[in-house]
Amino acid sequence: MRIGNKASAGGGRWLLRACLRCLLRDRFRGAERSGNTTGLAQQAEDRSEATVLGGVEALEYFLQQLINGVTLGAIYGLIAIGYTMVYGIIGMINFAHGEVYMIGAFISIITFIVLGLIGVTFIPLALMVVLLSAMVFTAAYGWTVERVAYGPLRGSFRLAPLISAIGMSLFLQNYVQLVQGARVKPMQPVITGGFEFFQGGGFTVRLSYIQIIIVLLTTALMIGFTMLIQRTALGRAQRACEQDMGMAALVGVDVNRTISLTFVMGAMLAAVAGMMVTLYYGVIDFFIGFLAGVKAFTAAVLGGIGSLPGAMLGGLLIGLIEAFWSAYFSVEYKDVAVFVILVLTLIFKPTGLLGKPDIEKV
Amino acid sequence: MDVRALLKDAGLAAFVTFMLALPMIGFQTVDVSGGVGITVVTRFGDVAISVVLVFFGRLALSLLQQSNWRLPLLALSAGIALGLPLLKTQAHYPVITWLTVIASAVIAIRAAWLTFDVSGVVGRDESNRMGDAAAFVGRWFGPVFVVFALIFPFLPTTSRYVLDLGILVLTYVMLGWGLNVVVGLAGLLDLGYVAFYAVGAYSYAIIARDFGLTFWACLPLAGLFAAFFGVILGFPVLRLRGDYLAIVTLGFGEIIRIVLLNWTSFSGGPNGISGVPRPSFLGMPFHPNPPEGTTSFHQFFNIDFSAEHRIVFLYYLILVLALVTNFFTLRIRRLPIGRAWEALREDEIACRALGINPTNTKLTAFAIGAMFAGFAGAFFATRQGFISPESFSFIESAVILAIVVLGGMGSQIGVVLAAILLIGIPEFFRELAQFRMLAFGAAMVGIMIWRPRGLLAHRDPSIRLADSAGAGR
Repeated sequence: MRIGNKASAGGGRWLLRACLRCLLRDRFRGAERSGNTTGLAQQAEDRSEATVLGGVEALEYFLQQLINGVTLGAIYGLIAIGYTMVYGIIGMINFAHGEVYMIGAFISIITFIVLGLIGVTFIPLALMVVLLSAMVFTAAYGWTVERVAYGPLRGSFRLAPLISAIGMSLFLQNYVQLVQGARVKPMQPVITGGFEFFQGGGFTVRLSYIQIIIVLLTTALMIGFTMLIQRTALGRAQRACEQDMGMAALVGVDVNRTISLTFVMGAMLAAVAGMMVTLYYGVIDFFIGFLAGVKAFTAAVLGGIGSLPGAMLGGLLIGLIEAFWSAYFSVEYKDVAVFVILVLTLIFKPTGLLGKPDIEKV
Repeated sequence: MDVRALLKDAGLAAFVTFMLALPMIGFQTVDVSGGVGITVVTRFGDVAISVVLVFFGRLALSLLQQSNWRLPLLALSAGIALGLPLLKTQAHYPVITWLTVIASAVIAIRAAWLTFDVSGVVGRDESNRMGDAAAFVGRWFGPVFVVFALIFPFLPTTSRYVLDLGILVLTYVMLGWGLNVVVGLAGLLDLGYVAFYAVGAYSYAIIARDFGLTFWACLPLAGLFAAFFGVILGFPVLRLRGDYLAIVTLGFGEIIRIVLLNWTSFSGGPNGISGVPRPSFLGMPFHPNPPEGTTSFHQFFNIDFSAEHRIVFLYYLILVLALVTNFFTLRIRRLPIGRAWEALREDEIACRALGINPTNTKLTAFAIGAMFAGFAGAFFATRQGFISPESFSFIESAVILAIVVLGGMGSQIGVVLAAILLIGIPEFFRELAQFRMLAFGAAMVGIMIWRPRGLLAHRDPSIRLADSAGAGR
């Protein structure tokens, strides 16, 4: 199959060259005939460019977007798990989760720089230290957010936790802006290089090491996380709280502790996502949590809010949609595309792809 | 008294503070001077101070549970709160000083509260007392406010700057009252309210530019367009749980901004639309040299031209618009639709059982709220004369929501006080501008925890039975 593809691509390339030659010849001839044919020449050029994109390199281009989309999707998926877990257990949208992810990114970049200053140059060690420090310190933020802004509101009226979450989100955003400055924080790439495919054509498909690391790390975390939910006492307590909090408390589950730990786990995964973004894009600021938060929430809704595999699937889909939309339609409207997906999901399948129907009980 | 438990509790709080502060406050990322990239500088002193502050603050709050500790703690914290500003430390450590002062003040207030409230009655009676106070404020301050607002432009102390500020505050009052219909009455959390404000502003600017209609012709159109957008957005989402509405409106606000930013041929993109027509007084423009065939305001009234006429006119314009919003809201609360909104906010399932169609009822609230935002947007466009997508960011939505939440959802007078507090006062403390949104966020969390119904939470019953004594108490 792969060979077939390459062969057909090769055939297409030959055809394209012929076409191009034809067009160019036309263009030169036209230019010779009269000096006033720039419009025609321009047209020919446009057409030939269009053929390049629509013809041979299409496969390579598609493949590249697939790689980028999966990487992006892994990051969104990790953030989306935080939303979906919290929603599953206490039924509220944790608006501040995007900011927790942003704080994770900041802690990662700070740890990287500190490690650089004290002379840790062995990259795998540095990565492990950054991963640990980001997870631990961001977990502290996740825990505090729950204790301060949501814990006292359990049993309050319906809008209270939502408004409190918005307030927390504003507070964290401005807190980071105050203590770290409003400017964009760039970081030198730590992991460079990668594999290159299909170098023969005009378009090279790149799969960088960092993309491989992101996808592998996400997969490993997902597996570990699923084990945690299914096999451990904590996971059992979480599932019990999700079904019926009052009943879980009656049979001896420490509900408050379980909820706190849910926030801690969500924050840890968001911290990993923040570290990945720092490594992948190499630039962060205090505002990245807002859009990433909305997109990850969209991913959670698309996958079915409350469902962990759904969050990962939704994240993957949102990443792919964003990558392909930017590549084939317009970069400016990529965020709009994601929001439209959110609205469409809510209209046609509010339970998401893998979610359970939400029955409201009196 | 268990000293060890107290110390353990305070120690835990201090440890968490340490974990929070160490990475974010302990290290500050700064640009490398004269180079590329960033490096860090350390601020471990600030970390230590915050840890110590939290330790003692937590300890003091726990000790307040013991009655014999209250008076000494009250004296101590009040002493710190009042004495620290005299020590001139704020010149060197402004943030730390003010944090200490605020924290001590909070502890002092709490200590005073517990000391002098000997009966220990909190909860229902306390909220009733606050409710009575709010009702008093509502009954007496409402008319006083209106009279004050009417004579405000002619007060000798009112400069042009203050008048401009008054217009700004009134714009937010109107937006707050509009959002109050959606959030306070119908209980729908709208995080993209500014989108409808933008729709109103842009529809006025574009209609006036391309079709040459006057402000008064455009105003209803702007409201209509905004309401239309509200219906389109609300229809699919209002069937679902309230949380979804919150995030979809958040997304919608961003969509509107992104479209305005990128659809250059329609909205001018990031450059916005300039030269938005100014309003006229019954067709008489405020212009020193009016165009042929028109009479200017100052010519008609035979007074000297002054640029301030237009400002005063704008002031009264927004005052009238805001009062119309208020009047409309107060009236519609008594109609069946208004009562249905409030009932729906309290219990959707019960409403459904009584035969109220929740989607349509919510949709009317959503559309009416959007319409008022559209009116305010048209006013904003005509006042500024220039609009760009920058004026309609998420922060604006957050500020309007903060006004409604702090004022007390559903309370009209609370919105006015909150708008003055959140918009008017910060204008006088420009140097504290960077702390403004931080304080808003913290206030929203705090209000939800301590007074979830808002600072001035009082709701008149929508309808009073004529003879309440006979209604069988």
